[in-house]
Amino acid sequence: MTEKIRKRDGLIIFSEYEKFSGLKKALSLSQDDILFELKSSNLKGRGGAGFPISTKWMLTAAAQSSEKYVVCNADEGEPGTFKDRVLLKEMPYLIFEGMIIAGYTIGAKKGIVYLRGEYNYLVNPLNEFLDEMKNENLLGENILGKDFSFEIEIFSGHGAYVCGEETALLESLEGQRGEARNRPPFPVNRGYKGFPTTVNNVESLSTVPHIIMKGGSWYSQFGTEKSKGTKLISVSGDCEKPGVYEIEWGTSIYDLLELVKAENTKAVQVGGASGVCVNKSQFDRTIAYEDLSTGGSIMIFNESRNMLAILKNFMEFFVEESCGQCTPCRIGNQKLLAFVEKIIQNEQTFSELNKIKELAETMKIASKCGLGQSSPNPFLSILENFKEEIFDSNSRGKYEHV
Amino acid sequence: MFVNEKEKILEFIDTIIDKHGIERTSLLPILGEIQEKFKCVPEFAQQRVAKIMDIHPVEVYSVVSFYSFLNVEKKGKYILRVCRSVSCDLAGKEKVVNILERELGLKIGETSADKKYTLEYTNCMGLCDEAPSLAINDQVYTKLTTEKLYQILSEIKENK
Ligand SMILES: Cc1cc2nc3c(=O)[nH]c(=O)nc-3n(C[C@H](O)[C@H](O)[C@H](O)COP(=O)(O)O)c2cc1C
Ligand code: SF4
Ligand code: FES
Repeated sequence: MTEKIRKRDGLIIFSEYEKFSGLKKALSLSQDDILFELKSSNLKGRGGAGFPISTKWMLTAAAQSSEKYVVCNADEGEPGTFKDRVLLKEMPYLIFEGMIIAGYTIGAKKGIVYLRGEYNYLVNPLNEFLDEMKNENLLGENILGKDFSFEIEIFSGHGAYVCGEETALLESLEGQRGEARNRPPFPVNRGYKGFPTTVNNVESLSTVPHIIMKGGSWYSQFGTEKSKGTKLISVSGDCEKPGVYEIEWGTSIYDLLELVKAENTKAVQVGGASGVCVNKSQFDRTIAYEDLSTGGSIMIFNESRNMLAILKNFMEFFVEESCGQCTPCRIGNQKLLAFVEKIIQNEQTFSELNKIKELAETMKIASKCGLGQSSPNPFLSILENFKEEIFDSNSRGKYEHV
Repeated sequence: MFVNEKEKILEFIDTIIDKHGIERTSLLPILGEIQEKFKCVPEFAQQRVAKIMDIHPVEVYSVVSFYSFLNVEKKGKYILRVCRSVSCDLAGKEKVVNILERELGLKIGETSADKKYTLEYTNCMGLCDEAPSLAINDQVYTKLTTEKLYQILSEIKENK
């Protein structure tokens, strides 16, 4: 399988890097120094939620406990996202270095990678890589002669999208159904087995060694005022060059489409199934936390595609993947899907439409976790941005295929 | 299920419990190993695990029923999962399904009578840049074409 890493486009993660240099440097710094660099880098979580890494680590470091944990979220289940797969396959050292640096900073001795079951073919190579690191004393007891020991374990998921949500993930690690927890308490105080835990995305952790090497202020020169640095994006759908790209935050959809050679583009779904869909008139919008935020998924649809069929696919996904714990999400997603099917049959009425939009807004506030809070996004944005196509059956194609 | 298969599963559980220990955090790794080897986690296996780990069998069942990769009914030796999410749909997952259904004589969701094949859908597998994609057990196949599919099928058909 050929991986499409655009190294030449890579400013940070895909830039030149000497393996383990970030880790070695970090272990010569104090915990406070590391937190300082992370803070000045303004690095935010790359798993979607965008919480500052330095704050999360500081809170976990400050928590008083005999045991603490570092968890790497490699559950990558958002449709259209595959950048973590590329990192896991091609640059596992960056991820493991990030985890060890996290352990050193917060005072944890153990790290766990929660790897989605669909990536089981990566378990052996990752374990072999960990063994090599142990042989070089980059893992295990007294790493590089320091008074610091750390181990890393790979844990396989078993096919549940919701387990990417950090508290559902912790439940799963503990041998339970992957059902999101109530918060507070947050994982930084009570996470894995009740101990303070930092849960971070693969890409967030992979960025840390680069920041350690070059400094937080160097990192924060990239990007926009509110979104610092770069983002890995996974591009798929109707374009000539799908793959993983490293872009500076603030890149416009228009520039992105040019980069990947997309033609006759009608719509772009930003942020996967739980993201929003924009139309042509919005292609000057940018990928940034303050505009179109994304965990990395970009799906491109050209003029020949049927937006209603695409929306139906997204809603089927949520109906299937809702953990069923809370009513707004369990029932709400079924209602949204039923409405999409109704439009397909041309049986919708406008009073129903208004009601269903209200329901979608309610789901955003009343659902217990991010799944139900964000599943109305594609529904609302596609209905809004592709009104004419959707409500005029003559301008639609066939439904069986997107 | 044949008696000796049942014996085998119970014996297997005893050996892997030794390896994993009986802490609750070991439950999913244990269930995962049983599933991988026997293509199911039947009721009697759940009961044995529950007994050894000193938890209620319903707890084990609630976990088995939650995860899509764990199942009570035996699945085929080869579990073929076709990605049904949007990027693979755009790239022609419909055609992939048609070919597989025809060649295996199965509909999506079915297992062959000889327990050799199970055909099902799965959600995005993180291979969208190489759509359409398919997983057969832990192995993945991408950029599927008719020709590629026939080749994959003939390979697994030769393997008894
Ligand atoms: C339904 C759902 C699925 C998620 N899936 C993932 C995932 O696959 N990978 C990930 O890193 N974060 C995922 N998240 C976000 C995590 O809950 C969490 O915010 C993240 O792992 C924190 O790491 P970060 O701060 O480094 O981004 C998901 C959230 C929700 C609500
Ligand atoms: S929002 Fe959905 S996935 Fe999240 S807890 Fe509620 S039912 Fe489960
Ligand atoms: S949509 Fe099929 S692998 Fe992502």
